[in-house]
Amino acid sequence: MSFGVLYDSTKCIGCRGCQVACKQWNERKGEPTTNTGSIENPPLLTSKTVTRIRFTETDYNDKFQFVFTKLQCMHCEHPACAEACPVSALQKRPDGPVTYDDSRCFGCRYCMTVCPFGIPTFDWDTPIPWIRKCTFCADRVTSGLKPACVTTCPSGALKFGDREELLAEAKARIAAEPERYVDHIYGEKEVGGTSWLLLSPIPFEKVGLPTLPEEPVVVNVERAMSFVPPVLVGVAAIMTGVYWLAKRRETNGNKTAGKKEGAVKK
Amino acid sequence: MNDLQVQSKRKFPKGLAILSVLVLLGLIPIVIRYIYGLGAMSNLNDGRPWGLWISFDLYCGVALAAGGFTLAGAVYVFRLEKYHSVARPAVLTAFLGYTLVILALLVDLGQPWFIWHIMVTPNIHSPLFEVGVCVLTYTIVLALEFSPAVFEKFNWHLPLRVIRAIQIPLVIAGVCLSTLHQSSLGSMLLMAPTYLHPLWYTPILPIMFLNSAIAVGPAMVMFESTLTGKALGHKQSHEIMEGLGKIIPWILGIYLVLKLGDLLLAGEIGLIFTAYPYNLNWWIEILVGIVAPMVLFNLKSIRKSDTKLFWVAVLVILGLMFNRFNVSMFALAMRPGYTYFPTWMEFAISAGLVADSMLVIWLAYKLLPMMQHEPAQIAAPGSR
Repeated sequence: MSFGVLYDSTKCIGCRGCQVACKQWNERKGEPTTNTGSIENPPLLTSKTVTRIRFTETDYNDKFQFVFTKLQCMHCEHPACAEACPVSALQKRPDGPVTYDDSRCFGCRYCMTVCPFGIPTFDWDTPIPWIRKCTFCADRVTSGLKPACVTTCPSGALKFGDREELLAEAKARIAAEPERYVDHIYGEKEVGGTSWLLLSPIPFEKVGLPTLPEEPVVVNVERAMSFVPPVLVGVAAIMTGVYWLAKRRETNGNKTAGKKEGAVKK
Repeated sequence: MNDLQVQSKRKFPKGLAILSVLVLLGLIPIVIRYIYGLGAMSNLNDGRPWGLWISFDLYCGVALAAGGFTLAGAVYVFRLEKYHSVARPAVLTAFLGYTLVILALLVDLGQPWFIWHIMVTPNIHSPLFEVGVCVLTYTIVLALEFSPAVFEKFNWHLPLRVIRAIQIPLVIAGVCLSTLHQSSLGSMLLMAPTYLHPLWYTPILPIMFLNSAIAVGPAMVMFESTLTGKALGHKQSHEIMEGLGKIIPWILGIYLVLKLGDLLLAGEIGLIFTAYPYNLNWWIEILVGIVAPMVLFNLKSIRKSDTKLFWVAVLVILGLMFNRFNVSMFALAMRPGYTYFPTWMEFAISAGLVADSMLVIWLAYKLLPMMQHEPAQIAAPGSR
């Protein structure tokens, strides 16, 4: 069984308790911010803030909409970061979380470059930096607890459980109140599915989430990498063959040259 | 009499002074980086975690070092003896190119002191793992391929004989490793289908990377042998320049067919007219780096002149560098809300590293037998 979390934007009240709980459990420092004219803060995910609530004010269906979106690692079913990581620091656990191992990472930042959701962040301000992203509170999940943000959420916007059951519940919620939600569960199919699932009253591109294909982003890479062993053997064989032929022609050429020389001498 | 005195007074050459200053300037940001972190001296950020160093030092550096395996392969495997005199400089430049890549990684990596983790907890499915391992082993192979120059200089017969005995396997290993990691640099970008612009993103990106690297290898040899010839006052063989100039258009031709054919088959050929402003980058890349050299290398007036051949080779090199910058920076989307332009310190580190290798090349030409060395098969002692 694989865990997931369902975030229902229509139930979120924007209290940002999840941000605080996350910092407490994961021991992330606070960061100085400036007034941006919104109580949405901080403005971007950083290595100190690995989850945050985005506030979106927009028009949809001829109505003003004020929508919250929780941003954090989506914990992909086929994570690009784990496929990319050269030192196996990032790994997908069978029960859902994509975990990160401090003791392996050497800071190449390939995971940041390839994450389709643009999630992993880096300690830019220390000489000994690490990658930081939502951990799904994997340590808590292992001990049978819910992630810190889910535990703290006062309005029931976050629900932790089996991903398949959450998916069924999300579909039931949309079916029961079709006017309340867009008919789209973000994370059900995006890049092959993610452990975290989002429901929203307005289309997800309007809240700034990337529009992604259903195909996992790792497909082309996996195919390319599967050619490595045959290419290695093939190139080695061809080069050896070419060398053998060229060398033979060279020696034969020398022999004929030698004969001619000999003929002249005679 | 007076003139003679002026001549005999040896001055520190101006070029060397500039190079030395660049090397020193490149050291300052490195100190800042190790005390205050990457953010203090670079404009790298969460939206653009890979910047100038990856585009220039890694992507351009590795591709431009392709002269090492193409020339070594041509001379020792295909037995094209004509190019023998440029094989050793090409191998040296490649070796320095890869050393530069590794040095740049020591600055770019968050925790370079853990670089050995790639051997301990490898992820064999990662293209970056493959690039890392190939770059590491190939650097060793290049050092061994070049080592006879040092052994000849000091007349060390035993190691010389050992290297000679394994020379062909070494060169073949070099060709295999280069094939793998030159293409894997393309595979690395396959992981970013939603970021890389469709004009460049294609499942055959690894093949294109290999193909363009093979094309730029000989161009780079033309470039550097002309420059070292100018700087050190020896004559570059016209036969070699012309010969390389004849080969390059064929390789570029295949590259052009791949580029256009891929867009046609994917049904995305219309993008070259509609995808403004990215299509401008694409056109510049194609016209400057592929079409122009293919035409120019075939003109008689250009084939006759070493200087003109040199400048056409420069076009090939610029075109390839522009391609690598396109795929790893200009056409690779950033996360929303971020901007990136390198700081002077990022430029200083890259410039310092290039100056480093130019200084080593200069020293090698001064101290080691670079051009006139014994042929591949050494006559057994006493046979003459």
